[in-house]
Amino acid sequence: MEIFIIVTIFFYIASTAGYIAYLFFQKNYLHEAGCYLLAAGLFCHSMVIAYDFLKSGLVPVQNLYQILSLAAWIMTGVFLVFQYKFNLRILGVYAAPLVTLITIISLHIPRNAAPVKNILNNFWTVFHVFVILVGEASFALACGLGMLYLIQEYSIKSKRHGFFFRRLPSLELLDNAGYACIAAGFAMLTLGLISGFLYAKIVWGRLWSWDPKELCSAIAWLLYAAILHGRLALGWRGRRSAVMAVIGFAVLLFTFIGVNFLMKGHHGEFTRW
Amino acid sequence: MAGYSGHARIFFISRSALCTELALQGISPWQLTNGQTTDSSQMTNIDIVLLGLNHKTAPVEIRECVAFSKDETDAVLKTFQEHPAIRESVLLSTCNRMEVLMTAPNASEAIRAAKTCISELKNIPLAQFEDTLYLHKGDEAVRHVFRVAASLDSMVVGEPQILGQMKDAYRTAIRKKTSGVILNRLFHKTFFVAKRVRTETGIGDHAVSISYAAIELGRKIFGTLEGKKVLLIGAGEMAELAVEHLIRNRVGDVFVANRTFKRGMELARRFGGKAVLFEEIQDCLRQADIIISSTGAVDFVIRREQVSGSMKSRKNRPLFFIDIAVPRDIDPKINRLSNVYVYDIDDLKGVIEENIEDRNREAMKAERLLDEAVIRFRQWYESLDVVPTIVALRKKMEGIAQAEIQKTLNSLGKLADEDCRAIHRMTDAMINKILHDPTIFLKGNGFHQNDKSLYLDVTRRLFKIED
Repeated sequence: MEIFIIVTIFFYIASTAGYIAYLFFQKNYLHEAGCYLLAAGLFCHSMVIAYDFLKSGLVPVQNLYQILSLAAWIMTGVFLVFQYKFNLRILGVYAAPLVTLITIISLHIPRNAAPVKNILNNFWTVFHVFVILVGEASFALACGLGMLYLIQEYSIKSKRHGFFFRRLPSLELLDNAGYACIAAGFAMLTLGLISGFLYAKIVWGRLWSWDPKELCSAIAWLLYAAILHGRLALGWRGRRSAVMAVIGFAVLLFTFIGVNFLMKGHHGEFTRW
Repeated sequence: MAGYSGHARIFFISRSALCTELALQGISPWQLTNGQTTDSSQMTNIDIVLLGLNHKTAPVEIRECVAFSKDETDAVLKTFQEHPAIRESVLLSTCNRMEVLMTAPNASEAIRAAKTCISELKNIPLAQFEDTLYLHKGDEAVRHVFRVAASLDSMVVGEPQILGQMKDAYRTAIRKKTSGVILNRLFHKTFFVAKRVRTETGIGDHAVSISYAAIELGRKIFGTLEGKKVLLIGAGEMAELAVEHLIRNRVGDVFVANRTFKRGMELARRFGGKAVLFEEIQDCLRQADIIISSTGAVDFVIRREQVSGSMKSRKNRPLFFIDIAVPRDIDPKINRLSNVYVYDIDDLKGVIEENIEDRNREAMKAERLLDEAVIRFRQWYESLDVVPTIVALRKKMEGIAQAEIQKTLNSLGKLADEDCRAIHRMTDAMINKILHDPTIFLKGNGFHQNDKSLYLDVTRRLFKIED
């Protein structure tokens, strides 16, 4: 199985190279190569995850390695869907290296942590984890789009049309795509939180237990809710929206990684290493 | 009987076909390879000559004097056609250049003839413009034509109009039947090369005029300009041009605000838009997305507070100001507002300068493509000679014969060496006999004094021995 992980990483790295070359040379075939290589990587990655699943009979979210691996896998999938829908090629420069990085980090984490109690193998957990990861991947893309927006906005405002002005798409497209990502991510996060509550109710008998991760997730949810509300009701567009997308994702990242290391709680078990 | 003995010799002389043929014609191979035949209309003596002036060599006073109208072009082409020193000719006349492209057996004679023609037809003494003329021959002329068509020689490098103008010039020449095999080929190659330069280099990318630069910026802000509302404040050539470009990009409503309402009405009618009062600008800020300002006002026409006030009701939809006026109409501080972008004339000029630098870099790439094309054209041009054509024709025949002999021998099974040799001899004889008349024709003693290139070209195409 090790070989499949290596091949996956190889594909991801090659895809990253393709996208970076696309950024510089703007040739269509480079972007296509990046896209196909990423898809090939996704395929190999799927094999790895399927293998883990079949071997243990457990959904592969037992330890930090598996969680990160699954996150990268979902991120790739979400990006490819996004790419298909918006044809916003340049975003690959952000997504491909990100996926590569997460996969490589996951590889450096010991894999054989003791499996947690069998409570994990239940439909609600699988759904909970999957939906939350899709949501987070969408927010990650929104963050990337926000950064691209800020770069492009800067080059237009400063009137120095350098390297990026030509290569980045229009502000409107970046803004709309970012909004779509946040909306999709928010829907997923909402579903994820609801399923989490239901699961908690079933297992622990209470919906809310002031777990740090729960708290942070709720804060992130409120933040994104505020972004969406601001956009729809008050017309927060453009720069403000982009900055918020970046901040929102930073908060989310903290929820995802930081909480597990810095604080204790019932989510901690799942990411033990 | 002489012919008979000639044929008999074929059997015994080596299979080096050309020598055999030459022996038949009584010409030594040395003579042919040096292009010195008895025929005076040998192709090698025909030159491609280009005579012209452009914006770099001639001031506008001279350029306007030698600019040819449609009728004048027809007339001058007719004169060229009738002149014995000039074979083929094409005349290109635009506001930035006048060029005559000719093929002629004697270059200097043709040049003299062309100069006289131009001076007589345009009624301008030769001395007045002779210094501004440049002259290219052979490869240089070919290269120059390629460069002009690829817009490398233009005032604004990469501007696309010149190719269309060249196509028109060529069409005129075709209509007047002054373009022949060589110039036809040259122009087809030219159009091909120009297209290639355009697709393979970024020479035509990025705007180099104020109004195009504004449109390009608009696209980077709005994505598409379709349906965006435009407000024109004031009037002026550049501003109106920008509005026209925007309309061509299918913008939505156009509002025109002018101090004199009547003038505003006129402009609005022209753009199919709506005239508004100068005092209504504030209301327009809520609707319009692109605002082009070009008034003679001394003070700012739109201030920061006005815009920041209207952004809320716009729900922060982006707003793009193009300020063409000097002194400026739009408060530059507005650019600091979120989702509002202000470009004044100097900013746009800065953008254009950057783009021009870019185009010049791309032009270097284009030159490399042209190098290649010039070499290719020369190869074809040199092949348009009697000897290479005959050699190529014979090579083709021999190739076919060899292949067929091989097939036949394979199917016949084992033959005696003597029989094989007999078959070879037979095919050689056939080739010689088949090629006898065409060869004599192409060498053309008196058959076709005028344009041998035509027959050579036809021969090459008929037997598909292109390049």
